Amino acid sequence: MNKIDRVKVREQDPKIRATNFEEVCLGYDREEALLEASRCLNCKRPRCVGACPVHIDIPGFIHALINEGEAAAATIISKDSSLPSVCGRVCPQETQCEGSCVLGIKSEPVAIGKLERYVGDWKIQHASQEPEHIERNGKKVAIIGSGPAGLACASDLAKWGYEVKVFEALHQLGGVLVYGIPEFRLPKEKIVAKEIEAVKRLGVEFVNDVIVGRTTTIDHLLDEEGFDAVFVGSGAGLPRFMGIEGENLNGVFSANEFLTRVNLMHAYDDRYDTPVFQAKKVVVVGGGNVAMDAVRTAKRLGAESVIVYRRSETELPARREEVHHAKEEGIEFRMLTNPVRVLGDEKGWVRGIECVEMELGEPDESGRRSPIEKKGSNFEIECDAVIMALGTSPNPLIKTTTKGLDTNRKGCLVADESGATTRPRVFAGGDAVTGAATVILAMGAGRRAAQAIHTSLQSE
Amino acid sequence: MFKIVSKRQLSPAITEMKVLAPRVAESALPGQFVIVRTDEFGERIPLTICDYDPEAGTVTIVTQTIGNSTAKINQLNEGDYFLDFAGPLGQPSDLVELFSSENGKRKTESGPRVLFVAGGVGTAPVYPQAKYLHDHGITPDVIIGAKTADLFTYVEEMKKVSNVYLCTDDGSAGFHGMVPALMEDLLVRQGKKYDHCVIIGPMIMMKFATQKAKEHNLPAVVSLNALMVDGTGMCGACRVTVGGKTRFTCVEGPEFDGWQVDFDEAMRRHSMYRNNPKNDPHTHPCTCLP
Ligand SMILES: Cc1cc2nc3c(=O)[nH]c(=O)nc-3n(C[C@H](O)[C@H](O)[C@H](O)COP(=O)(O)OP(=O)(O)OC[C@H]3O[C@@H](n4cnc5c(N)ncnc54)[C@H](O)[C@@H]3O)c2cc1C
Ligand code: SF4
Ligand code: FES
Repeated sequence: MNKIDRVKVREQDPKIRATNFEEVCLGYDREEALLEASRCLNCKRPRCVGACPVHIDIPGFIHALINEGEAAAATIISKDSSLPSVCGRVCPQETQCEGSCVLGIKSEPVAIGKLERYVGDWKIQHASQEPEHIERNGKKVAIIGSGPAGLACASDLAKWGYEVKVFEALHQLGGVLVYGIPEFRLPKEKIVAKEIEAVKRLGVEFVNDVIVGRTTTIDHLLDEEGFDAVFVGSGAGLPRFMGIEGENLNGVFSANEFLTRVNLMHAYDDRYDTPVFQAKKVVVVGGGNVAMDAVRTAKRLGAESVIVYRRSETELPARREEVHHAKEEGIEFRMLTNPVRVLGDEKGWVRGIECVEMELGEPDESGRRSPIEKKGSNFEIECDAVIMALGTSPNPLIKTTTKGLDTNRKGCLVADESGATTRPRVFAGGDAVTGAATVILAMGAGRRAAQAIHTSLQSE
Repeated sequence: MFKIVSKRQLSPAITEMKVLAPRVAESALPGQFVIVRTDEFGERIPLTICDYDPEAGTVTIVTQTIGNSTAKINQLNEGDYFLDFAGPLGQPSDLVELFSSENGKRKTESGPRVLFVAGGVGTAPVYPQAKYLHDHGITPDVIIGAKTADLFTYVEEMKKVSNVYLCTDDGSAGFHGMVPALMEDLLVRQGKKYDHCVIIGPMIMMKFATQKAKEHNLPAVVSLNALMVDGTGMCGACRVTVGGKTRFTCVEGPEFDGWQVDFDEAMRRHSMYRNNPKNDPHTHPCTCLP
């Protein structure tokens, strides 16, 4: 078996990084990447590939990196993924490719994510800056939303000759990649903006400040503006609250609001006008990636920061690396704790949060053990801000303004495997269909829909 | 980029701009708003749509300087550009619905008898609604309140489409007194009857005008100027309590049943960033100050 240990990736020192917004993980250099790549056994039946949601040829790209170099590796990845720099950074590898890597049985799995990131970053640095000349086929497709789903769908269609226009509600492109995931995990200028430039070089046109359903409608795009098909990649942006007492006190925010102020509006930077609440102690409710991002952002803004989660640590849905990083940065974790109300002072500002202790009962239908309240165990945590990171659901705007577009009980658009919705010529994918999920799934859905759009428009 | 095709100073601190935004102009209805950004460092600022012209592709906004961000807007001149101009956002005014049945004909024979109550720069967003009614054959009454006579805006425009009643806090023009007192005067002393009233202005004025309307059993719609970030339902910064339920102003509003609004909470939330180092009462400048 393999004798080399998994190559450690260089990171910013926890004490220093907890005070800045620079990227935490510094990534592999060439030498480190090649050493780590040499650990891969090039399995005949690679378990990692089966566990990758888009089935990237993982041993293929790793061995191309060793034998032929970065460009060849990048080409192999690009067959299945259009955002390797992003996915290498934010995919939950421990439950996907790396979680199934055969080396993980006896020692540590190959650092597939870090290698993917290395190859993706190399590609960004070495990409040609020239626009590509692609013969146009005379057909037009409108894409709603510029998140991973929209970007992936747009770039495939553009490569095949379609005239593609992306309509984005916000003033920045990238969806959650710019407004949600913080700079210290996913650099905006260095990575996200570069991925978008690559899509622009394919001839895709982007139009900001268009809220489909308000500024224009899908019916208008199809009937009046001459689009042959529409792809809806509008995400799941609607924040949930708990519905407990005190949630509208001054100092209670959704994670989306807090992160949008900091990431999209740069509130942490004095040159920008948008303010963010200056808290001394912040309690973040939730246990997913969004909760980790919010709590680590609060820490970087100078607040003492605490996670409150109703299940136990093993159930935390966040990427393991983020939990680990959060702990290193001095975030306090209060597990098996559930808020019952937010406490306010006489002027209506948050002064604390009343919680109750929980214990784990029988597994529920999702297989997770459901938390049960311990009667009478109520206690208070003093704080001056509370951030709710309880999940999000799709915005009903598009559904309510488009004829014949069905949604399910949870407000998600109904679409089949290929992305076809209940309305002819309208396709959808990503969080808008699945509810809040992952970048890689959104990207995969965008590409599948591009294929379906291509097939249906070609046959006309 | 969205070009400012004309600019008019309505008072020293209040300007009116027509902005070229064809998609917005084509879709806008009375009661809706836009979100603008002046430059890369600017906030996303909600502004009520004061008028729109689908043929010319322009949207009219009125802004009062109350902080750094609104000052940035008012420093822009004809020929300059907004970096962002997104909309129309929010629900159209209920009044629009009154006429949406049967090809634009109103539902009731005689009515509705509508009273508008406008305070400060709230006058500007009242104008398209009054005009909309006028265009549909109804001449509403409009109360316009201001601290002092110099601060009136849109009076001449308004007179063309409605019966205007002015009041000032200092008595320098029109009725001497605040808006609720003039409402009382119309409703009691002059014995006027209304089916519906729409109140747009500073939060505190809307609170007291709504109380007055309720005293007289008059249904009142208010347009809330909550703090906002995205304006599309993504953040919840704009949440308000209406009838005991949390609502997002940017998607479910900005107009709500005034009787049901928790104004004290709305005012408290509105002051959230008052003491922030960036101290910018990022607000709905159209309707924020008296
Ligand atoms: C804080 C945070 C952290 C996360 N961390 C991770 C992680 O570590 N790993 C991971 O895999 N996933 C993570 N996710 C989830 C992941 O980001 C999403 O699953 C993914 O971005 C979904 O992509 P999408 O293209 O479907 O939607 P989005 O990225 O949400 O993009 C949708 C876009 O559509 C726009 N839009 C919406 N409505 C309209 C409209 N009506 N008209 C025009 N435009 C519209 C929106 O403004 C947005 O830009 C995280 C999410 C958040 C919020
Ligand atoms: S399972 Fe692990 S060792 Fe096998 S091919 Fe995949 S990465 Fe390489
Ligand atoms: S302003 Fe963000 S949800 Fe209303």
